[in-house]
Amino acid sequence: MDMITVAVNGEDRSLPAGLTLSGFLEELGLDPRKVAVERNLEIAPRSAYGEISVDDGDRLEIVQFVGGG
Amino acid sequence: MTDQAPVHSPSALEDRPLVVAGREFASRLIIGTGKYESYAQNARALEASGAEMITVAVRRVNLSDPSQERLVDHIDPEKYVFLPNTAGCFTGEDAVRTLRLAREAGGWSLVKLEVLSDPKHLYPDMEETLRAAKMLIAEGFDVMVYCSDDPVYARKLEDAGCCAIMPLGAPIGSGLGIQNPVNIRLIIEQAGVPVIVDAGVGTASDATVAMELGCDGVLMNTAIAEARDPVLMAEAMKHAVIAGRKSYLAGRMAKKRYADPSSPLAGLI
Repeated sequence: MDMITVAVNGEDRSLPAGLTLSGFLEELGLDPRKVAVERNLEIAPRSAYGEISVDDGDRLEIVQFVGGG
Repeated sequence: MTDQAPVHSPSALEDRPLVVAGREFASRLIIGTGKYESYAQNARALEASGAEMITVAVRRVNLSDPSQERLVDHIDPEKYVFLPNTAGCFTGEDAVRTLRLAREAGGWSLVKLEVLSDPKHLYPDMEETLRAAKMLIAEGFDVMVYCSDDPVYARKLEDAGCCAIMPLGAPIGSGLGIQNPVNIRLIIEQAGVPVIVDAGVGTASDATVAMELGCDGVLMNTAIAEARDPVLMAEAMKHAVIAGRKSYLAGRMAKKRYADPSSPLAGLI
């Protein structure tokens, strides 16, 4: 299986090629309804997670709401 | 400071609920969700406070432990209005980036902008705050803006289209109370949008002072989270804000230099 390298929240990860964002979030054990994703400095719309592919060299930020003032 | 009945104080009959960006709120208290012992305690304090809006931060998911407790597991975004902040942002670009993510995570555009400067005092960088506000408003955000107690910048932020002006009462997390009531009053008198004191409240009487000045609301975090009993303090704050609002609407008596007996002098035996 081809592997690609993606920077996720500032850390490089190796993952199989051909995943969609939806598939990747599932692999990470994250509920897509509770996070937001930025891909290469652009917002990835939640409605398109199933169509957005995760490519080699992508920089992803996966964030959520936490306590704050 | 609150010696005289405020010139512009409406009567109780003229009072209207707090409205921010077209949404109506029965409670004039907004609370933060930081520094609590747990999200469970936070949720109990929120319930006790009667607040309908809470501030939240946007941070990276901890990928090494995705099963960690989440804020949204304890506080329902369907039941409360989440107000994402830009805490930790020092430039307009950082703030815009953070809030774009927040809008995607939450699906709404009401946000709290704060662009800070020096970590020692956490005062807002007003030049950068104004620039960031304009960028966000151009992208369709409804911006509630944390700002210094400077009436000049408050006016500029309102002119730029901010939907609420939120001057600090004292430095963030200091609990020192309203340090400059004269400026807060000036900001209230000139504003056409809600003015909400954000930061500096330490105890219930501070919240009452802010409301007696004529503020439309109070936003606080540490005063509740770092109280010995946060849930009880949350309840105290609920009453303090209501008391301050009613006192403002009632119009206080004038202060006098000498005593004035409450019982009649005539008819003494």
